[in-house]
Amino acid sequence: MKKFDYLKPHTLEEALSLLSQYGDKARLIAGGTDAIVMNKQKKISPDVLISLQGIQGLDQIESNGTFKIGALVTHRTIEQSERIKKRFPLLAEASSVLGSVQIRNVATLGGNLCTASPSAETAPSLLVYEAEVLLVSRMEERRLSLPSFFLGPGETALDKKEILKEIILPSPPPNSLGAYLKLGRRKSVDLSVVNVAVLLTLDPKTGICERARIALGAVAPTPLRAKETEKILEGNLLDERLIIRAGDWAKQECSPITDIRGSAEYRREMVAVLVAKAIKQSVKLPRK
Amino acid sequence: MKQTIHFKLNGEPVQIEAEPNLTLIQVLREKLELTGTKEGCGLGECGACTVLINGKAVNSCIFPVMETDGKNVITIEGLADVDGNLHPIQRSFVENGAVQCGFCTPGMVLSAKALLDETPKPTEEEIRNAIAGNLCRCTGYLQIIQAIKEASKKI
Repeated sequence: MKKFDYLKPHTLEEALSLLSQYGDKARLIAGGTDAIVMNKQKKISPDVLISLQGIQGLDQIESNGTFKIGALVTHRTIEQSERIKKRFPLLAEASSVLGSVQIRNVATLGGNLCTASPSAETAPSLLVYEAEVLLVSRMEERRLSLPSFFLGPGETALDKKEILKEIILPSPPPNSLGAYLKLGRRKSVDLSVVNVAVLLTLDPKTGICERARIALGAVAPTPLRAKETEKILEGNLLDERLIIRAGDWAKQECSPITDIRGSAEYRREMVAVLVAKAIKQSVKLPRK
Repeated sequence: MKQTIHFKLNGEPVQIEAEPNLTLIQVLREKLELTGTKEGCGLGECGACTVLINGKAVNSCIFPVMETDGKNVITIEGLADVDGNLHPIQRSFVENGAVQCGFCTPGMVLSAKALLDETPKPTEEEIRNAIAGNLCRCTGYLQIIQAIKEASKKI
């Protein structure tokens, strides 16, 4: 592995000033499960790694008022957090199937987003919850929605002088039901072939779908919302025919590629299957 | 430039000077000569390098050594007692035929220890989940699961 210096600032301000001091030569590191691997594989070659682990408060979950998850909260913490399991179960589910226990003990939510893999485990769940990220620089702070944060594979809107500080989660409407499904070649330690999150709000009296949020991962340059498919569901009763139609629509909203984990055709078909399955699982319809 | 770090290793305080780009496993094996921890894939996928940091299972092959500063590290060498008596988990691995070539064993045992410390009476599902990040190329998984189950009865 290429030699690098390892700096461990104690405050966000210090980290930000190191970031501007070293510029392109520096790279931020949170848990390091991506950064160290990429460094070993020579995909990145920083002169300086700036660790965020020494900064107090970044590993906190705040649930009084606005729900905020610090960028350095690990997936293990998320998977075990009663507050997150209760209020954002699809995120807890996604974190619980990421990597392995060893990875989840170290890898962070902020890291997962900043790596910006199209198959990022937590992205579909965060997209259906309409999460935002708080980016801070020395001059200002800005809040971005996830669709404007993800720009492409490995690419985000994060400026070189910014740090992702926290993830902000608005409360979903009451009576929201959802599911997160991951299709992988094996259960652990592999990236998704396709991942899907669905969050539905039904009128408790009529059963009509008032609001639908559907997000797809690993089937486009970035994780994305399937907005046309959402529209098909909204205002309607979720019967078998409509659910199948929604799956078929979702297929049209993605643009998968062929890689070692699956072909584009296979991925597209699986989007239809998983979207239908996730809708049924959300509203507890029997699977067919 | 080398940096000095302090941490607790198997209960004893250590101070080392290390290049900041090293991973924990490099320091354990090459500087501290504790070769019980094995390196398999080197990418955090196989779990052979598993150690405990503050009680949590971690892949030491992708863990920056600089992050161990001030932490409590347990390796496989830290499990037996001072007289060399095996830890109950280790004994259970031996008694249940859970050791074949042995390369995954230190990592498996430490993943099992992290599990049993947190969940003393795990279900089989919890055991499987706890070792999902530890590959055994001899594929002796059933004996390993059995060994962890038996160990949970004795701790």
